Amino acid sequence: MTEVRDELVKKRYASERRFRFYGAAALILTALFLAVLLIDTVIRGIPAFHETSVEVDVNVNAADVDPANLPGGNYDKMIKEAFRAEFPEVTGRANQKALTALLSTGGADALRSMVIADPSIIGKTVTVPVLLGADADMFLKGQLTDQTIAPGKATLHVARLEGEEGFVLTGEKTGEEAEKQLGLATGDVVRFQGGAVRVTGMQNGYLKADPVLPPDAAFSTGNFDAGQWDIVSFSVPQANRRINDNQALWLDKLKQDGRIENSFSWRFFQAGDSREPELAGIRGALVGSLLTVLVAISLALPLGIASAVYLEEFAPKNKWTDLIEVNINNLAAVPSIIFGLLGLAVFLNFFGLPRSAPLVGGLVLALLVLPTIIIASRAALKAVPPSITEAALGVGASKQQAVFQHVLPLALPGIMTGTILGLARAFGETAPLLMIGMIAFIADVPQGFTSAATVLPVQVFLWSDLPELAFKSKTAAAIIVLLVVLFALNAIAIYLRKRFERRW
Amino acid sequence: MNAPVHHQTLITPAHPKALASGQFKVTARDVDVYYGEKQAIKKLSIDIPDRAVSAFIGPSGCGKSTFLRCINRMNDTIPTCKVTGLIDVDKRDIYDPNIDVVQLRAKVGMVFQKPNPFPKSIFENVAYGPRIHGLAAGKTELDEIVEKSLRKAGLWEEAKDRLAQPGTGLSGGQQQRLCIARAIAVNPEVILMDEPCSALDPIATAKIEELIDELRQNYCIVIVTHSMQQAARVSQLTAFFHLGTLVEYGDTNEMFTAPQEKRTQDYITGRFG
Repeated sequence: MTEVRDELVKKRYASERRFRFYGAAALILTALFLAVLLIDTVIRGIPAFHETSVEVDVNVNAADVDPANLPGGNYDKMIKEAFRAEFPEVTGRANQKALTALLSTGGADALRSMVIADPSIIGKTVTVPVLLGADADMFLKGQLTDQTIAPGKATLHVARLEGEEGFVLTGEKTGEEAEKQLGLATGDVVRFQGGAVRVTGMQNGYLKADPVLPPDAAFSTGNFDAGQWDIVSFSVPQANRRINDNQALWLDKLKQDGRIENSFSWRFFQAGDSREPELAGIRGALVGSLLTVLVAISLALPLGIASAVYLEEFAPKNKWTDLIEVNINNLAAVPSIIFGLLGLAVFLNFFGLPRSAPLVGGLVLALLVLPTIIIASRAALKAVPPSITEAALGVGASKQQAVFQHVLPLALPGIMTGTILGLARAFGETAPLLMIGMIAFIADVPQGFTSAATVLPVQVFLWSDLPELAFKSKTAAAIIVLLVVLFALNAIAIYLRKRFERRW
Repeated sequence: MNAPVHHQTLITPAHPKALASGQFKVTARDVDVYYGEKQAIKKLSIDIPDRAVSAFIGPSGCGKSTFLRCINRMNDTIPTCKVTGLIDVDKRDIYDPNIDVVQLRAKVGMVFQKPNPFPKSIFENVAYGPRIHGLAAGKTELDEIVEKSLRKAGLWEEAKDRLAQPGTGLSGGQQQRLCIARAIAVNPEVILMDEPCSALDPIATAKIEELIDELRQNYCIVIVTHSMQQAARVSQLTAFFHLGTLVEYGDTNEMFTAPQEKRTQDYITGRFG
């Protein structure tokens, strides 16, 4: 027996331990990044799956609805009037406009469908959930500003300034000491019986405030004990947020009255795209994606498998087939945008197919995934042991019988796995579809293979580009849907492989 | 190279029927086989009788398997393989362009080195051949063929209750007998066996050898083997291949007791190979 030198053995074990450590570290780092990405996306996306609406008692005015044309009724007007009636103290055009601006432009949809479903409610008063606008929605979800409400701790004295639109706030003391004593800061809103004012700062030694919800005209001075007034403070100053103090207070009031409803947003899965974040949904993109991928797969699968079978089993092995093989491998590495350009030049410009259509998108994606499918299928065919072919040939099967009755069925799980992974790639592909016009804003859910459509990843791209804050969470929500679809596809691939895998 | 030595005692009591009539099932004349540039078989001529077991022995790479695979044209699947010369089965040139390879392979069945049942049920394994050749008119006829083939292969008793189970679930020896049953099912006249026992344990090997001995009554069997004991046990005729040539061919007993060529003697006494 030869003696193994100790230090050599130690070195070998140390090297192995090091390698294991590097491997584990790399794995943990990757998992961490992935976890951060997923958690961040989910946290951002979850709010978009909920929508807020306000319950409004609407008088369905017969004058505004033509029974012969129910969808054409002026429901918008009814809703707005009813909502204003909830706040009789709000007067003046600007304030009333600010009030109705809280509602979504699609807020009347629910009422319209109620009336269409049951015309007998015309002339009656019904309670309708009215969808809130994206800004109100985000404010209520706490995405615009943090809002804290603290009860007043000392006695507050409010006096209207004569001759101007302003108030002076004093406690037992005046000026900066009053500010300290009352716990007020510039920008805070002070709510008291009958009104609300916003602290604007010191002026002539007095703490000055502007009206937010002005007390009625008769009010000139008032004393409010601790507990009779409160301070509403926002983390984001009014100038930097889309909901002003008035609107914030109205929403707080509605919330306190239990009129605000937070529900799961089926709309997100049922609506097409919209310029209004609260109305925008992913159905258009989802259907577009499905149609596109359907076209892609129904073309790429038979073509890819047929090519793979021919190249692997039948084609003579010569320089031409070698050239084809090399080029298929090259095609798999071509940047996807090039396929988009090809689609633009060939399918749109030469063949004159409709732009933005799932048909063309599917054709382009079919070209894109074809090399992947061919390579995966060839690998799967190659993995079938030649003894199976020999066995079939040995009992007198023709080459074609051997391939189609024995080799192909055995290769099918591998082929399906490759195909589904190709499909997942097609599902997540954006660039080539931009070139053929699938990036257009399309509000309608596509009806067929030739109607204008967009796809999920493009929808993500479109929404991420929009300036409205509310689209940020829509973007994250669309990403979640895309990821769920992709994970599902991969799960199917794994299942198929496990289910049909055969061992020899 | 010398022409192969043919024993004068070719006609022996072990296989009187075939040889007395001068009927040979397979005959080859001046066969050359090339893999690309490399010549695997050089000017090979041989006559193989019906209803007897002929064993091909020789060191690795001597061309015995290559020649075996020429007899049912399995070498066609290798693109670089080229065969010249004449190989007749039942006096018909099997490399004639008019011959149907599929028909030929139905007539000249093959059993491979490693048991290679289809990953299907035992029944389907045996039924596949008759089905593609249209040998059975209906389900009952197919059932009969399957039973008959499995019986001939000595697998019926073990397999009759599990015909629907996958053939790959059998033991190695059973799998090889299943492969023999599959080959028998299409009514071949010649059965080529390419080292059929090399992947099997001694007990399974003994069973297969027993089976080969029984099948000899009805078929022309050609077996390639690395085991000289096996050749001695199962065959009536033995051919010794070396470096692509047929060195010696004749009665097995004669061959192992009194080889005429020095190379043969060296090989069977274990001096090389």
